Amino acid sequence: MNAVNETEARNNGTLLEVEGLVSAFDTEDGLQRAVDEVSFTVGRGKTLGIVGESGCGKSVTAMSLIRLLPQPAGRILAGRVRFNGEDLLRAPDSRLHAVRGGEIGVIFQEPMTALNPVHRIGRQVSEVLRLHTKMRKKEAWEASVEALRRVRIPSPEERVGDYPHQLSGGMRQRVVIAMALACGPELLIADEPTTALDVTVQAQILDLIQRLQAELGMAVILITHDLGVIAESCDEVVVMYAGRVVERAPLRELFANPLHAYTRGLLESIPRLSLPPKSKLRTIPGMVASLGELVPGCRFCQRLGRRGEVLHHRPPFREAVSGHWVEACPECFQG
Amino acid sequence: MNPESMPEGSALVEVSDLEVHFPVRGGLFLRQTGTVKAVDGVSLAIGPGETVGLVGESGCGKSTMAKALVRLLKPNGGRVHFEGADITRAGTGRLRPLRRDMQMVFQDPAESLNPRQSVRQIIEEPLAVHRVGNAGERRRRVNDLLDRVGLPRESGERYAFEFSGGQRQRIGIARAIALNPKFVVCDEPVSALDVSVQSQILNLLMDLQREMGISYLFIAHDLAVVQHVSDRVAVMYLGKIVEVADSETIYRRPKHAYTKALLSAIPEPDPSAERERILLEGDVPSPINPPKGSAFGHRINHPRYEETIGVDLGLVEIEPGHWVARDPCCLEPGDYARVG
Repeated sequence: MNAVNETEARNNGTLLEVEGLVSAFDTEDGLQRAVDEVSFTVGRGKTLGIVGESGCGKSVTAMSLIRLLPQPAGRILAGRVRFNGEDLLRAPDSRLHAVRGGEIGVIFQEPMTALNPVHRIGRQVSEVLRLHTKMRKKEAWEASVEALRRVRIPSPEERVGDYPHQLSGGMRQRVVIAMALACGPELLIADEPTTALDVTVQAQILDLIQRLQAELGMAVILITHDLGVIAESCDEVVVMYAGRVVERAPLRELFANPLHAYTRGLLESIPRLSLPPKSKLRTIPGMVASLGELVPGCRFCQRLGRRGEVLHHRPPFREAVSGHWVEACPECFQG
Repeated sequence: MNPESMPEGSALVEVSDLEVHFPVRGGLFLRQTGTVKAVDGVSLAIGPGETVGLVGESGCGKSTMAKALVRLLKPNGGRVHFEGADITRAGTGRLRPLRRDMQMVFQDPAESLNPRQSVRQIIEEPLAVHRVGNAGERRRRVNDLLDRVGLPRESGERYAFEFSGGQRQRIGIARAIALNPKFVVCDEPVSALDVSVQSQILNLLMDLQREMGISYLFIAHDLAVVQHVSDRVAVMYLGKIVEVADSETIYRRPKHAYTKALLSAIPEPDPSAERERILLEGDVPSPINPPKGSAFGHRINHPRYEETIGVDLGLVEIEPGHWVARDPCCLEPGDYARVG
């Protein structure tokens, strides 16, 4: 690691800097780019939301950051991921093992798949601690109880001996959060952490993540398809479409002044409690083209069935308003 | 709820005091060790051309109730009426002609569409089963249906798995409306879809209702979706309906504490919205061993919980067309005084 870079990063308040990330999958039709030159930054203690519809590359982006793409099909082809100034894409594997679960915690959508069904909760949380610290078994078990207490699991002394199936979905997600936060990470990557949960439990989990974030001063990357969740929890938002960042802006700016036709379409198609009942909803025609059929140029124009030059040349990613970035062709630019 | 919210005899589908129980088995010989009251005394009426939304957390009995309504399940208690006829105990023979009038649309079309059939066969099947028309007429009918749900006619020769989630849902809808049903249960029809596609499907369902006069029971966990498509909304908690009103009223003047909590939990896609969130502790209690009194009062640890044990917490009409459980734990003291 370059000491100068590191000091610089610490000073300017940037924790993570992603630049020109390209990730691809080997398919029958050759190498297909699922993430196509994606760039963004995350400030210390801040929450960045990544929003987009299924298949737009949100999760692949997140997994690329910690080099956890499905193997052997997934590959990172280009880019830099600077975490505290250190490029994680070029770091040795041993370093990545220390980072994952140590300085960067990760939680996934389905808590049941993240937990081992045959081990007690306490053992699974202990395992994370023992992997990243010099704690002994007994110490780690006691620290696990504290970790469960921190995520507000009632009577953690008893729950620590439970198996995952004995807990409800919401409680399991709390355990997964406890594991992700056990080592006090600087960054938490939360990939659709509440999608499988009821709204009431979702509200509990989002509230919990925000409170822990404040307590621990960590940054969060929150990946979701739900603009409501984004509106309630993020400082800055990245909108992805077909593997690319089409828009990036501070939260209020994005909702008040969406510049890309896709962002605007997403915002307008949500049924809101304030709309008159049974009124016609706005829609976005068509759907995302499959990976193999994506054009090099404007992919939202492709969805809308537009033709011509616009499909051949990728629009530049530019700062349209201070701090508000957009990659839009003239047709899709709504400024 | 009493069917009074519907003028006498005008309901298309009506259930009263509906109960559906499932046995709980355990132990070495899987003996029955208990009973889950998945639906525990529910009354609800749906009028012609009306959409009634049904909301509640997972496990509250929404889907079970819907299946009993179209008699895919036999209720353990209460009555089911369809167009005035009592079909509570109707057998397969009597139900068959009624199946033309009652259809379902499911959450995941991938699982409800036969992977070995072409789209054309899938949509034609209900027509063939009910012996509607000859082969040529059925072919034309399938073409019309494909047009109607917005699928190209060529897609009839392909298989369901070749389509995206939204298109598969269109196939499911085409099959459900093939026989011109009067009543369609939509069980989480858009939960698996992205928002931009979700709005396409919701618009299609609302258009079909206007054209064909279909009644819907619309189940979803997304309260904003339910509120948008429904004329009335019923809120279900642990096997019971706790509040029913027209959808504007439910949103603007909810009376039951659970409805208020559900509404406040919806994340609003507006960063400048100032709202007070009611955070519920814990999860839905198990229906295997439900609290003896007010189920929601028990969850929020209400000081008046003891009063509700052994007391009738049935629905009362707090204002015209607005029904709410007479529950001291879940109503504002003023509201409780009005109905108590």
